[in-house]
Amino acid sequence: MNHLITLPIILPLLLATLQLLPIVEKSIERQRLISVVGSLCILIVSAALLISAADNKVTLYALGNWDAPFGIQLVGDRLSSLMVLLTSILLLAANLYASAGDDNQGRYFYPLMMFQAMGINGAFLTGDIFNLFVFFEILLIASYSLLIHGGGKHKTSAAVHYVFLNLVGSAIFLFALGIIYGTLGTLNMADMALRVRELNESEIQLTKIGGMMLLSVFALKAALLPLQFWLPRTYASAPGPVVALFAIMTKVGIYSIIRIQNLIFGDSAGALTDLGQDWIWVLALGTLVMATLGVISAPSVKRLAAHLVILSVGTLLVAVGFGTASSLSAALFYAVHSTLAGAAFFLIGDIIAEQRERSFDRIVAGRSLAQPMSIGILFFVAALTLIGMPPLSGFIGKFLIMKSIDSSSALVWAWPLLLIGSLAALVAFSRAGSTLFWRSNGKPDNSKASATRKFIAVGILLSAAPLMSLFAGPITEYTDATVEQLQAFEQNPSLIMAKGVQR
Amino acid sequence: MELLISLIIGLLTAVGVFLVLRGRTFPIVLGLTVLSYAVNLFIFSAGRLVIDGAAVLKSGLATPDPVPQALVLTAIVIGFAMTAFAVILAIRARADLGNDHVDGRLPEQSGDQK
Repeated sequence: MNHLITLPIILPLLLATLQLLPIVEKSIERQRLISVVGSLCILIVSAALLISAADNKVTLYALGNWDAPFGIQLVGDRLSSLMVLLTSILLLAANLYASAGDDNQGRYFYPLMMFQAMGINGAFLTGDIFNLFVFFEILLIASYSLLIHGGGKHKTSAAVHYVFLNLVGSAIFLFALGIIYGTLGTLNMADMALRVRELNESEIQLTKIGGMMLLSVFALKAALLPLQFWLPRTYASAPGPVVALFAIMTKVGIYSIIRIQNLIFGDSAGALTDLGQDWIWVLALGTLVMATLGVISAPSVKRLAAHLVILSVGTLLVAVGFGTASSLSAALFYAVHSTLAGAAFFLIGDIIAEQRERSFDRIVAGRSLAQPMSIGILFFVAALTLIGMPPLSGFIGKFLIMKSIDSSSALVWAWPLLLIGSLAALVAFSRAGSTLFWRSNGKPDNSKASATRKFIAVGILLSAAPLMSLFAGPITEYTDATVEQLQAFEQNPSLIMAKGVQR
Repeated sequence: MELLISLIIGLLTAVGVFLVLRGRTFPIVLGLTVLSYAVNLFIFSAGRLVIDGAAVLKSGLATPDPVPQALVLTAIVIGFAMTAFAVILAIRARADLGNDHVDGRLPEQSGDQK
């Protein structure tokens, strides 16, 4: 059996444990070294997983050597490998950024980051829905602690909302799993997809309730209207490197929605085909409207970044809700772009907040930045790609999504909202940029200059913007093949049911 | 027995939801605890209720489904850890913010405290 697929989960776990050992835990330098080198290793492992998935080879791993419907299995297909690679890039950039000093504000920063990466990677790789819940809880409990890393009033009060909301979400998740297990009698996602076709009339109603509850939990994680109100405050108050890793968290929700919609409630699911698809479409349009208003009214850079995350969620789910193969493929491209660019913008906001004394990252005239030139360039590139201007990746992502929404009834709704969202982002960025960089007064405080590695971390994330438009061809080929693969699984779920090694 | 179990789960859920919707952290923590009891009972009953069944395996007796029992164990452990975290966070919020309201400030009557 190929053990490579377990490494994106086990490696962070081992690294986190290693960093809790006294010999490492006492020295922040050692922790930094281990976490940056460690996240580089995780990145290499994830890249290897992606390369093996790119040959249309699906890695199935039966944990404990139990055959599929009975044991838990890991599934490494194109979609999950892509998301794992994305997480690893974010983890590397976030750890590199934090190693410039943000890690020292509280204890156990790196172990928690690693545990969070473990939870996220696990959620992407698992093929068992209860295991998905467990990995959700792992990433959540790490995120709870990371959110209040460094302490302070704002962080605590934002964490209270975030924690309570997610605990209620977990309870609903478990209710949904109970209902679904009650009717389908299995928790393996592929097996669920098979059993959902053989339901009788009375069970269909119950499964529908369970499926909708499941979708609402994922909508909470993905920050879909009306469950998106927690996001701006939480993300705006979290420390910079933490929130850079959080940029993938909404995508965990979206990934789960894509998985469930295309596997369990796919085209062959009989009465339950496309369960909730219409809701996703309508609510995603609503999310776009809310996010547009939020982007225009954002008072600080981090708030702006948070509302842009919601805007990207809306854009993505419009494409997912439209539900054709080409729109799903465009959504995957856009997911990669928006995660990296969003994370980069959060880090830029953090650098700005660090360099301006009392005005932090609020969009008001304040003290000049210590390094206006380098921050300005990063800000400009991030703004271009997040607005969706050519020639960067944001333009291609948005263009693909708009091109894929081709039916006239859907187009009337989606196109104006997507374009107005871009316009709002343009307005907000122009306002923020001119205020931050031009309407400054007082001498810059050169002692506040940020460490070079912070700029390298942002550079790594932002380099994706030109690279993704340069290699847009291969990437769209990959996403197209991903959607084809998802459809093949949907037609024949037994393709992703692991068999243990026969002795 | 089905009626009794479903009434208990329904009552626990109702109490849990009511408490979660309160404005102060202590009732919310209690509500989450009650809600997790309801969830655990619910998952347990998803494996169908059997009276006089075998504890593990015995020929001639109905055997209960073992999977929900394993799920309940996992859910209990996770719920316990999460509740512990929520309690600590509530205490921390009380200390940091000076009150135990979820918004970090008391509504209306004490607007001068903002």
